[in-house]
Amino acid sequence: MSTKRKVTDGLIKACIFVSVTIVVGLLIAIIGYIFYRGLPNITWNLLTTQRSVLQDNIGILPNLIYTLYIIITSLVIALPVGVCAAIYLTEYATNAKVVRVIEFATETLTGIPSIIFGLVGYLFFCQKLHLGSSVLAGSLTLVVMILPTIVRTTQEALKTVPESYREGAIGLGATRWYMIRTVVLPCTGDGIVSGAILAIGRIVGESAALIFTAGMGYSLVTNYFQALGTSGGTLSVMLYHYVNDEAEYDTGFAIAAILMILVLIINFAAKLVKRKSRKV
Amino acid sequence: MNRKYLTEHVMHVIFLVCGFVTIGCVLAISLYMIISGIPAIKEIGLINFLFGTKWASTAADPSYGILAFILSSICGTLGACVLGIPLGILMAVFLSKMAKNKVAGIVRPAVELLAGIPSVVYGLIGMIVLVPFIRKVFHLTNGTGLLAVIIVLTVMILPSIISLAETALSSVPPEYEEASLALGATKMETVFKVSIPAAKSGIAAGVVLGVGRAIGEAMAVMMVAGNVPNMPSLFNSVTLLTTAIAKEMSYASGLQRQALYSIGLVLFVFIMIINLVLNVALKRGNKK
Amino acid sequence: MRMNLRKVLALVLCAALIFALGVGCSSSSSSDTADTTVSETADTAAETTEAEETAETTETVELSGTISTNGSTSMEKVIAALIESFTAENPGVTITYDATGSGTGITAVTEGSTDIGLSSRNLKDEETEAGLTATVIALDGIAIIVNTANTVTDLTIEQIAGLFTGEITNWSEVGGEDMPVAVIGREAGSGTRDGFESIVGVEDTCAYDQELTSTGAVVAAVASNEYAIGYASLSGIDESVVAVDVEGVSCTEETVLDGSYAIQRPFIMVTNDNAELSEAAQAFLAYCTSSEVVDIIANAGAVSIAQ
Repeated sequence: MSTKRKVTDGLIKACIFVSVTIVVGLLIAIIGYIFYRGLPNITWNLLTTQRSVLQDNIGILPNLIYTLYIIITSLVIALPVGVCAAIYLTEYATNAKVVRVIEFATETLTGIPSIIFGLVGYLFFCQKLHLGSSVLAGSLTLVVMILPTIVRTTQEALKTVPESYREGAIGLGATRWYMIRTVVLPCTGDGIVSGAILAIGRIVGESAALIFTAGMGYSLVTNYFQALGTSGGTLSVMLYHYVNDEAEYDTGFAIAAILMILVLIINFAAKLVKRKSRKV
Repeated sequence: MNRKYLTEHVMHVIFLVCGFVTIGCVLAISLYMIISGIPAIKEIGLINFLFGTKWASTAADPSYGILAFILSSICGTLGACVLGIPLGILMAVFLSKMAKNKVAGIVRPAVELLAGIPSVVYGLIGMIVLVPFIRKVFHLTNGTGLLAVIIVLTVMILPSIISLAETALSSVPPEYEEASLALGATKMETVFKVSIPAAKSGIAAGVVLGVGRAIGEAMAVMMVAGNVPNMPSLFNSVTLLTTAIAKEMSYASGLQRQALYSIGLVLFVFIMIINLVLNVALKRGNKK
Repeated sequence: MRMNLRKVLALVLCAALIFALGVGCSSSSSSDTADTTVSETADTAAETTEAEETAETTETVELSGTISTNGSTSMEKVIAALIESFTAENPGVTITYDATGSGTGITAVTEGSTDIGLSSRNLKDEETEAGLTATVIALDGIAIIVNTANTVTDLTIEQIAGLFTGEITNWSEVGGEDMPVAVIGREAGSGTRDGFESIVGVEDTCAYDQELTSTGAVVAAVASNEYAIGYASLSGIDESVVAVDVEGVSCTEETVLDGSYAIQRPFIMVTNDNAELSEAAQAFLAYCTSSEVVDIIANAGAVSIAQ
């Protein structure tokens, strides 16, 4: 081997080594720093009370609840629509052009930045439909955002169902819907669940699309239907609010650590589902 | 039998409607962006709007030029790509071709965690750690600016580049690499001359996804950019397209507010172009 | 077998119902004309449940209902304190507050999407013409703040103008140490910026190094940067920064109230004449201007005018 080749080889290896060190270093630094600053600030008081200016208290219980409500509302709407869209694409649509157009639209939707969703959501849901900044308006905006994720994961799961299953069912005289309900859907449960998990991850991390649609409310409203109409900030939005508007960095880092733990749980759940579906 | 037929029919219609929901959403968003973005552009004039260098939206004699925002957005995204793409690809090479299973088993979930961290958390760290650090190291009066933006964006796009590039590299047929190795090429030559070209379309997808994320990020960038409508400069506060909207949305009224919608439209057009490029690139990659 | 079939049918029907609901909701997002009726009915349905909720509570307490307020971030502390004490006295009332900014708050009132708008700047002529009414609830001093390490304690309006327009670039020119100046302000459209620039006479000529989107952000940025000068609502500053005297007058509640501190602006509540205020909202408005709340407003850092 010529020296030149040896040198290039060594150089490239050095480059890789340097990159890996930088990336891994960054990883450790970021994750470590958030936990180091955040974990000591997660107190029982923070988790179980609400904000009170008179008593100078910061609590995020309402925001935990709002986050949950927004996740539930968005999923209840987006899951059926997304799954049906995926079923249409794989089971019904016969025109390849139509499929391509729908898939292109889905991809486009994935690429639209969240601030645009926030802008359009604000214009349409908050102003046009007079929902104001409310949990409902925020959830509806997020439905559009997470729809592509659900469509794509469900579609992938549907594609893995062997064609012979379908042929068998149709051959036995089942109608198409009966075949989908009894044969295809049961096989795709895991795919749908992993789509939902990904969507939850996106909702938990979203801020730009929610600030103008769901607002930054922090008063405790436990009734779900009443909460739909009030403005409520999710954890990410409140992190931004506390850090940027009030310079409460300790609270900010505590919320950041909570969010990291949530992301860890979500990733772990996604992996579990994937592993399970691989076994089956 | 009749009822069966009816259910069948109803379900078909429901699926059909759902299938077209995404198209409807895209059309509605495009339509809305255009309708709300056009009036201000009409009033300001397209050339003045796109190539005007001065943004003073609340001045007595307001001027709405967004060239600085466009350039800052482009510079920020390009900068993040220049740093992020090589780092990401080399990291992917390491994970898929060099790392032992155990190491990759630890690093990979960590990268996934990085991908899932909400953007505001990056903004928080950027604000608390990065900005003061830049101010001290470069002896500035201020630490905010493009450099901070680029670093934050780089960290944000790394995970998507790494994971897509790694998937693409791992799915290169082993025969390609074996053939190259058997011909006497070194491991590195094989990776760079055989594996990476073969995984090109997957890597490209990762890059374009990263670019999309970088150009569309608002909150994290707003926390480190300083938000003054300056021309792009590494050590001076800048405003990007996204932050221009997010910054003034809350206080804007009248033409100022409409101009913000127009900025949204410009951003939207940028994203659509990137999406189209991705689509064309991927199709071409698949054909080869 | 028959039972089974029926069960399945019921399930399918349920699913279809949910699907239909989903379709209704999400297709309303896809077109702005065709499906508004669907989501509007959904909306009213939600409202009726809400109304039922509140109807139940009316029997026990006098005031009830939901009041939404929306607007200025500078007013956050004052409003949050007022809301807390008001709802403590009237547990049947829920008041929400969105810290979005004066402009958004005023727009929201105009459109009727909020009950009371909060603004930290006076209404413009075209806004009063559109049928909006302003009620001043407090005055606020805009404090000129510097880092705790800065030795400058007194500035004239002229010096402040020089610092903010970039004519003065070194602290030694105004009696401080030899170090550069970092100018930190608020974003265009902010009530604080509007008030500051018009009083100091530096409209549209400020050379900012950073434009931040909230009072807290400005305070934090000044606190962490020894070169910095900024302005912030008196209610929002704390011991992490130093408020300098302006023309020899320190920024306190007394000096703001008697007018000797020059840089000040009003906090106002904006209501829409064309929309009828609910009983609860009227009571809240009256409460905020009553003498009961003087202490609350003072504790939140602003200056109540109802004395």
